[in-house]
Amino acid sequence: MADAAITAAKALFIILLVVQVMGLGVFFERKVSALIQDRIGANRAAILGFAGLGLVNTLIADPVKFLLKEDVVPAGTDRVLHFLAPVLSLVPVLVTFAVVPFGDVLEVGSRTINLQAADLNVGILYILAMVSLAVYGVVLGGWASNNRWSLLGGIRGSAQMISYEIAMGLALVGVVLAYGTLDLQAMARAQGHLLWGWLPAWGILYQPVAFLIFMTAGVAESKRIPFDLPEAESELVSGYFTEYSGPKHLMFMMSDFVEVVLVACLVTTLFFGGWQVPYLVRDGFHLPWGAALALPSWAVALLQVTSFALKLVFFTWLQIVIRWTLPRFRYDQLMRLGWQGLLPLGLANVVVSALVIVLAAGPAA
Amino acid sequence: MSPLIFLLLAALTVASALTVVVHKNPVHSACALVLTLCLLAVFFVGLDAQLVALLQVIVYAGAIVVLFLFVIMLLNLQVETRAMAGALLVGSAAAGGVALAALIFAALGRTVAPAAAVPAGFGETAALARQLFTAYLLPFELTSVLLLVAIVGAVALARKPT
Repeated sequence: MADAAITAAKALFIILLVVQVMGLGVFFERKVSALIQDRIGANRAAILGFAGLGLVNTLIADPVKFLLKEDVVPAGTDRVLHFLAPVLSLVPVLVTFAVVPFGDVLEVGSRTINLQAADLNVGILYILAMVSLAVYGVVLGGWASNNRWSLLGGIRGSAQMISYEIAMGLALVGVVLAYGTLDLQAMARAQGHLLWGWLPAWGILYQPVAFLIFMTAGVAESKRIPFDLPEAESELVSGYFTEYSGPKHLMFMMSDFVEVVLVACLVTTLFFGGWQVPYLVRDGFHLPWGAALALPSWAVALLQVTSFALKLVFFTWLQIVIRWTLPRFRYDQLMRLGWQGLLPLGLANVVVSALVIVLAAGPAA
Repeated sequence: MSPLIFLLLAALTVASALTVVVHKNPVHSACALVLTLCLLAVFFVGLDAQLVALLQVIVYAGAIVVLFLFVIMLLNLQVETRAMAGALLVGSAAAGGVALAALIFAALGRTVAPAAAVPAGFGETAALARQLFTAYLLPFELTSVLLLVAIVGAVALARKPT
């Protein structure tokens, strides 16, 4: 009973964390884009004269507006699939966070709680599997809308997502080779070592090429500029979710932003130490020059969760900045980058990583 | 997996598999196929084969059926009119069904429950990979050659005649 309650609490915590970061992502999207384009940005909505730098606008007014809008279902749609598509687009992405570790362990009384909602030994494959299911939301949304723009968007989306999933998977193969595990928590723990006694052994040092491939493929998976061909508004109105309004449209928007947070989560966990704070181990800080500071377990866990959340916010922000800096690709450029750029690079990365690991391990042990 | 959950899932799986065959709309059939594949993955999890379950979802549900859908959409298939069921078609289908049922019952009669619980680490990636790269190395590598042949064949077919 207590175990079930703890798991439920962990799942609730990570979902709330993700939704908070997603909200911040939407806020960045409005305000950072405004800064980049020399505008003021969302500043209309206010509560009693308090606009909170646009937070009231993006976090309260926008969602309320979405939820209260009429849900228009155009004639000639496939009603069942039209209803299912936004759900199929959001749910698979949301459930991936179950295997993302947000801290090391928390000791409460005699209990040691692993700060990860679901402890799967195939963690990273689980994420790939769920993300590969998210493509159905795009395809079915495009098809069920009975609209040519939507159908074109859906087809573009499915081709793009499948193409970049391959590059993403190859980048992950390099990472898995480096850590020798599929479990994200084990990967995060492995990054707690120090190189030469002072440099935290974060994944980016071992797999810089995989990081570049993964980040590119991740931005492509979330279907945002420069990879937003499926919803290119100057060509396809709004692509696969043209015929959606109100809450369903909100779900499509949310799934895009949750994917952004997911990419931030994975980049953090695989390449930037996850919840690791440099020099912080389970009993407190141990600085390389010998100084030490003992901390209770809850303080260590709190620092780790804060570190994870801050890294998450940073990489979400980075993706928003990428989106507002780069122009959109043409479709042939998109496919060329995926198949002729990232794919061979990913394969080369796997071969080189494997060679280095085998040579470093010496003759067959 | 408790018997009740198994029966529920089995009924769902059979229902969605039937939907694949009998539904008039090809897109709905493809969606039912995805559901069937995901439910089969749940059975793999119940059999302590998490890796196989996830590979099933990644490869079949996540990639192959998406391509099915892709083709269905590009061909713009309308709701299929059911082919006239001739006596020959019904007869051969019935014969095939009876033969399949006989096979399944014969197989069920020979099934024995495993004597011992599965060893620790069973179905985990490391255990599976060790089997794959020791006992089954040759078939494994031959399969990869087969896939390569398929890829080369697809490229050769897709190339425009010069």
